[in-house]
Amino acid sequence: MSMLLSPSAAAVLLPAEGAAVATDVVPGPFLAAPFLVLLPMLGAAILLLAGRRSDRWGAWFGVLMSGGAFLVGLWVFLSMAGLPADDRVVDYSMVDWISAGSLDVALGMRIDPLSMTFVLLVTFVGTLIHVYAVAYMEHDRDRRRFFAYLNLFVAAMLVLVLADSYLLLFVGWEGVGLASYLLIGFWNHNRAYAVAAKKAFVMNRIGDIGLIVALMLMFATFGAVDFSTVFAEVPGASTALLTATGLALLVAACGKSAQFPLQAWLGDAMAGPTPVSALIHAATMVTAGVYLVVRSAPVFEGAPTAQLVVVIVGAVTLIFGAIVGCAKDDIKKALAASTMSQIGYMILAAGLGPIGYAFAIFHLVTHGFFKAGMFLGAGSVMHGMDDQVDMRRFGGLTRFMKVTAITFGLGWLAILGIPPFSGFYSKDKIIEAAFVPVDGEPWRAWVFGGVALIGAGITAFYMSRLFFMTFLGRRRWNDGKGDVAGRGAQDGPVRHPHESPALMTWPMILLAVGSVGLGFVLNAGGRFVTWLEPVTGHAEHEEPVLPVALLIALTLALVALGIFLAWRQYVVTLVPIRAPHGSVLTRAARRDLYQDDVNETLVMRPGQYLTRSLVYADKEMVDGGWLGLAGGVGRVGEWLRGWQNGYVRTYGATMLGGLVVIVAVVLALTTGSAS
Amino acid sequence: MELTNYVVLATILFTIGATTVLLRRNAIIVFMGVELMLNATNLALVTFARIHGDLTGQVLAFFVMVVAAAEVVVGLAIIVSIFRTRRSASVDDVNLMKS
Repeated sequence: MSMLLSPSAAAVLLPAEGAAVATDVVPGPFLAAPFLVLLPMLGAAILLLAGRRSDRWGAWFGVLMSGGAFLVGLWVFLSMAGLPADDRVVDYSMVDWISAGSLDVALGMRIDPLSMTFVLLVTFVGTLIHVYAVAYMEHDRDRRRFFAYLNLFVAAMLVLVLADSYLLLFVGWEGVGLASYLLIGFWNHNRAYAVAAKKAFVMNRIGDIGLIVALMLMFATFGAVDFSTVFAEVPGASTALLTATGLALLVAACGKSAQFPLQAWLGDAMAGPTPVSALIHAATMVTAGVYLVVRSAPVFEGAPTAQLVVVIVGAVTLIFGAIVGCAKDDIKKALAASTMSQIGYMILAAGLGPIGYAFAIFHLVTHGFFKAGMFLGAGSVMHGMDDQVDMRRFGGLTRFMKVTAITFGLGWLAILGIPPFSGFYSKDKIIEAAFVPVDGEPWRAWVFGGVALIGAGITAFYMSRLFFMTFLGRRRWNDGKGDVAGRGAQDGPVRHPHESPALMTWPMILLAVGSVGLGFVLNAGGRFVTWLEPVTGHAEHEEPVLPVALLIALTLALVALGIFLAWRQYVVTLVPIRAPHGSVLTRAARRDLYQDDVNETLVMRPGQYLTRSLVYADKEMVDGGWLGLAGGVGRVGEWLRGWQNGYVRTYGATMLGGLVVIVAVVLALTTGSAS
Repeated sequence: MELTNYVVLATILFTIGATTVLLRRNAIIVFMGVELMLNATNLALVTFARIHGDLTGQVLAFFVMVVAAAEVVVGLAIIVSIFRTRRSASVDDVNLMKS
């Protein structure tokens, strides 16, 4: 592969404060980076093109390609770790891609600590989930197609995080959207699932428009869309422009990361097979919005208003998701609401500026582990319970699924933020960062810090509710042993819950290990923050408005309260099999706080009326005009046809008439010219 | 005697002939109309020959007579043949080529 210097190399690079400047000198091992994308892309292409012929080996082939990408990622990561911190940001532009007038975009990769963090997360978790899916999808006729799409997703996600320009990022952005659509609608013979896929696709398009607008703004102002040029030019740009660009990027992030107000698709996206929910709708794709905001840090740094909006969106979503999570009875939808809420934390952190970037990514990584682990656990439960997802029909499953229960429990402790599990280190840092006062606006620390703190308490409640309803308490499913007093209904079909095969439990165990130890390992000595410094810049430690120890104590107290309330309501008392009517808030939360209704009333129905009236106008005016003209010509033809009646005398009369006219004209002309 | 009278007569005869051809259905009558038109033409030709004082018009009139005689032979033969097969001499019934 030839290495051309990108045109940006000539531009003078102004470093963002504390962040390293991208170099164009590509260290040897980094030359392997293209294979990160090529391997899974090849896997997807082969599996899709080979069709049914590859049914037998397709699944393991997909695993192999994803695993290969992980090994390449590990190799690049290790060689990056061996470099001094200032040399870790590399722009590897491979070929000229688009060269049109003043626009010059190279097909290139930005290999830096941030993108490598994502590469490792995506390929490692992705490979584990591939392995899990081998067993989970075993009896599906289309397992090979499933793996083709999974590989496609991994490839697209790697394009997204490795791109060195917004345009290439957009390619990956669309690629993951496509893969997400294909996988949500994987069982598209079920109409509801196909509709869910369409909903996710359409709502993502709204976000994509934001990204396109941002691209246009960048091209119009900077004449370039690659990271190094854009970030170098940012200091000279006007605040208004940066705010507009930042908000457009935020719209994109909201669409992809299911943030308020574009979050309604995520719950429905659970229609996809569970490995998809774990990989795409928990660990990786939905965090792309966080990546976008952190990657575009220089833009947001120049636009405090946009940053404030980012924080507000994060805060709103984190509470929104938490409230919705408290009321959902579908185990996957409850986890989806939790994902939404946790990504709200990340977005909030990303909006806080340099003090938050590293923690946003930190939480993203730990969340990728424990949430993927919990989704796989949910899939394992569904596997054992004949695809039942209603938590009110679970209960007391620990005895039957020990590995699932333990790994899920570790994930649960991690998301709660109990020390020393992963979530404690990442989430607590975000809460601390949210409490750091901003110059001149002390209210922000209290409002956003308070929201983050309360969110932690609600998280504890709904995640404990989920865990208790599923694994503890009395059995609320029919075990075929007849009615035993106090055990709940024995209606429903007889279930035989059982532990999943090793192919499914091992990925869960490995993710659980990450849920337990990753936070501690990465946090030790501020290792992760230092690792990201070449990208996010160095942030001075600032003191929150409350002492850190007090914040930790408060958080843990709220978490304990949440666990206690959940314990009292879902373990001590018997959970009713049919959901009680509930309070106004519960009913609203069950329906996603009426977000779907709002969308339908405000956007969908007016949109439908608009399209209908446009169709009507098109039919009546445009079509009507042309059809009328054609009809008129036709009618003239009909009338003329009447003359062709087949009677000789009619033709004779016509000839005679014509002759008379000709003679008359000739006479008139000759006498006229003669006189 | 004014020679234009002959031209006028020829015009009247031609018009009668043309009207007959266009309005009547019976093939024989139509045929007579054709003959009338041809003879009106002959009259006009002869009159013009007289006016111009040369024989071209008269020669042409002979040609017309010869052609008319041949035409009568062929035409009557066709009409008789049609009448024999279709039991009708109406021109409107001769529509074999109309789909």
